[in-house]
Amino acid sequence: MPGVGTLRAWLLAEAPGSSSQARLQRVYLGWLSFSRNPIAMIGLFIVAGLVLVAALAPWITGSEGLQPELSNRLHPPDGTHWFGTDELGRDIYDRIVWGSRITLYIVSLVSIIVVPIGLIIGIVSGYIGGVVDSILMRLTDIFLAFPRLILAMAFVAALGPGLENAVLAIALTTWSPYARIARAEALTIRNSEFILAAQVQGVSTAGILLRHVAPLCTSSVIVRLTLDMAGIILTAAGLGFLGLGAQPPTPEWGAMISLGRQYLIDQWWVPTVPGVAILVVSLGFNLLGDGLRDVLDPKSGK
Amino acid sequence: MTETTASGRQATGPLRAPSSFVVSLLGVAASLVLTFIGLTAITFTIGRVMPADPVLAIVGDRAPQDVYDQVYLQLGLDKPIYVQYLRYLGQLSEGDLGVSIMTAQPVMDDILRFFPATLELATVATLLGILVGIPMGVFAAVNQGRWPDHVVRVIGLIGYSVPVFWLGMVGLLIFYAKLGWVAGPGRLDVYYDGIVEPVTGILLIDAAMTGEWDIFRNAASHLVLPASILGTFTLAYIARMTRSFMLDQLNQEYILTARVKGASEFAVIWRHAFRNVLVQLITIIGLTYASLLEGSVLTETVFAWPGIGQYITNSLFNNDMNAVLGGTIVVGVCFVGINMLSDLLYRLADPRVR
Repeated sequence: MPGVGTLRAWLLAEAPGSSSQARLQRVYLGWLSFSRNPIAMIGLFIVAGLVLVAALAPWITGSEGLQPELSNRLHPPDGTHWFGTDELGRDIYDRIVWGSRITLYIVSLVSIIVVPIGLIIGIVSGYIGGVVDSILMRLTDIFLAFPRLILAMAFVAALGPGLENAVLAIALTTWSPYARIARAEALTIRNSEFILAAQVQGVSTAGILLRHVAPLCTSSVIVRLTLDMAGIILTAAGLGFLGLGAQPPTPEWGAMISLGRQYLIDQWWVPTVPGVAILVVSLGFNLLGDGLRDVLDPKSGK
Repeated sequence: MTETTASGRQATGPLRAPSSFVVSLLGVAASLVLTFIGLTAITFTIGRVMPADPVLAIVGDRAPQDVYDQVYLQLGLDKPIYVQYLRYLGQLSEGDLGVSIMTAQPVMDDILRFFPATLELATVATLLGILVGIPMGVFAAVNQGRWPDHVVRVIGLIGYSVPVFWLGMVGLLIFYAKLGWVAGPGRLDVYYDGIVEPVTGILLIDAAMTGEWDIFRNAASHLVLPASILGTFTLAYIARMTRSFMLDQLNQEYILTARVKGASEFAVIWRHAFRNVLVQLITIIGLTYASLLEGSVLTETVFAWPGIGQYITNSLFNNDMNAVLGGTIVVGVCFVGINMLSDLLYRLADPRVR
């Protein structure tokens, strides 16, 4: 077993012996510069905390925060109810913790829809070029030009309120920047020699796009996605606040603020706590994204 | 100023520029038309195609068969879909957005009545963002890497991350309920309501024109909190962009030249670097202004501000699709229009883009 010292030396070796070593070295160097950035580390800490809280929800809460307990309404924060209770006597701490699952669910679902669509449209557009490029980019521009929240509201109005419809509406208004990014990357590399080499070897267009072009877009897409997360969370919370997203009794944070609104003056904790939760989580994603951009995307780092 | 530098920088500019400028103008116009077609195609889809039965959405499920048939024919649902869409476009071009079920008025009239309130809110919010954001960004750029830079960066990131509707509520709690520094929700106290005849619909202007300074003060007191809340994002965005634009300039050689020639630090920053940032800043400000017109939806809900965002939201809950889609189109057109305009301005002002 090599010790930590030799592992470090292996990771920092000037001439990597294999391609996997080279790849690990790049990751390690990225991590070194990332971990020197305190702002980015705070972001990573918050996001990791969110994931941890969501994963451990059943073990760190007393209930799922759905059962009303009317004898215990609007109880101020104390030792048993850390964040107090809401208008139905439900423990706000429990609801916040379970709500973190909903937040994660929303951002993952939006990413799963948005990234493949954006990547495919962008790569095909940039690699093939010509008429296909013009048509696809016009389409992208149209979606880029739209007011996001209002369009999402109109979609939800047609589809009916609900978490999944809110996600769909957000996804429809979010994919276009990814197509732009992927197209830009595809344009810069489509004439490189390794692509030519692949073509000469008889790799199919789909194969080139999937195995050679798509992986090179990954870092810009990750940066953009992390920075977009806060926007997605805020839009989803906004829709929830308007009553168009997750429906009660789901402990979605935006909907919790909306329900707690009337208690603002006398029972301030009811709407304040979920607001702080949204702020902290979206700040976490913004800090993380900012740090990741410095590491992965040095061009725009300034 | 920019004009003289333009002709000075490239001698062939004035001869070559106009034709390529016309071409880019045509390009802007073409993409404006395309975007508009896309926008209307989407609202058309939402309004006419997505509801399982658009007739039922209008007449309700208890309507007798003959009423149903009549509306069916009125909507032109017996015609092919592209004919329906063209008809829809025709109506739109005449400013016909249908009649609102909620107010029983043409949607266009409703929107014209609600729009000035949003315009007032968004304009003041943008002004606040500019007045605070630009000095903040310049300050951060000048102190790059030192603590003022980090402070501005963190303030900016918080501005990006805070849910506006929540911030609005907290603001109301602190500055209205607890401290009593500002007036509460709405545009005016009930006491002052309806005294000033709406001319522009923008209360500050209307009150100032008629010399009703009490009303002006009251309106301003109602406006300052929602505008500051709405302006948070603008402020963060403008500060961040100003910082990065300024950094680009400050690293250029002409700045070094100015310093070597003994220009004061103030002159270097504001007269040399900042002047070259202006064009980019105007574009950015145009973009945020457009996004505020739509972003005011949540702020208006919190502050009971009778603007277009609240109109759309209320219509949504009353299943008033004509009003929702009409509002979406109007906001969309403004949004796209302002974006294109700032793009055009950028092309006009910056000879390199021409």
